Amino acid sequence: MHLSPDQLIYWQHGFIKINNTIVMTWVLMLVLVVGSWLITRRLVTNLQISRWQSMLEVVVTGINQQIKEVGLQQSEKYIGFIGTLFLFIAMAAFMSVLPDYEPPTGSLSTTAAMAICVFVAVPLFGIAEEGVKTYLAHYLQPSPFLLPFNIIEEFTRTLALAVRLFGNMMSGAMILAILLTITPLVFPVVMTVLGLLVGMVQAYIFSILAAVYIAAAIQAREHSNDKSKAETNKKPDH
Amino acid sequence: MDSVTLIAVASIITAGITTGFGCMGPALGEGRAIASAMTSLAQQPDAASTITRTLFVGLAMIESTAIYTFVVSMILIFANPFWSHVTTNAGGG
Repeated sequence: MHLSPDQLIYWQHGFIKINNTIVMTWVLMLVLVVGSWLITRRLVTNLQISRWQSMLEVVVTGINQQIKEVGLQQSEKYIGFIGTLFLFIAMAAFMSVLPDYEPPTGSLSTTAAMAICVFVAVPLFGIAEEGVKTYLAHYLQPSPFLLPFNIIEEFTRTLALAVRLFGNMMSGAMILAILLTITPLVFPVVMTVLGLLVGMVQAYIFSILAAVYIAAAIQAREHSNDKSKAETNKKPDH
Repeated sequence: MDSVTLIAVASIITAGITTGFGCMGPALGEGRAIASAMTSLAQQPDAASTITRTLFVGLAMIESTAIYTFVVSMILIFANPFWSHVTTNAGGG
């Protein structure tokens, strides 16, 4: 039994290793990229659309709506980042219905890489939205004494993102491996179903948390927008 | 007892205690969170989507503490740094 798919090494030359995590990540990327290329190759706007296009539209509008509900009104700006995270993690969990597959998200390297992406993207989105000065002023809110805690929070939540996803996916694979040695017949199937559910929930949570962090980074501006919108909405009523 | 046995015993027992105690708090917390979410759902079914989303995010936050203890106990069992330190030293010299 091994702790993570990192330990299954296919090819090694010096310190360069091609392990299961890398292979599975590339397979997933291929599936996602080729799949979406195949589907979006022939997009139509007729009443009659293909099943695949219908599925893709449901996914994209669903993600868009979730991002909007978190408070990011211009969701098309963020769906490229948040949607990619969601689709990758969901697909990584979903593919575990295939035999001999281990989710690459069960390795701390993958989840740490994705958490670092969030860690870098949040300030970038924040600065792009409201400028360096206003963004950095957030760290002094609500009082300058909280500056160290605000900075620590950036790091701890990145760590939490990485370890949460890793722990959930790894525990699923681990419990499955243990159950296979104890009750090999039916019970692992039930746990696989539970693992699928957990994988979907974790994909949702990872992307929603990324959206929440981005929303918090650009909060001030969104708030003023909401206020002005509310005022403009009120005026026609009166 | 030599140090290898000592480390093995300490690691295994600590791993069990870690997961056991570490799951108690999050379990109680998640129970409370779900109970109050159910109450709010019953009172305000219209706000179901908001409540469910907040509940999921909150549950993930609470659950992550349980996951941390689980990861720590898995490290103690499968990737124990003290164990590998002692065994490599014993193997090398």
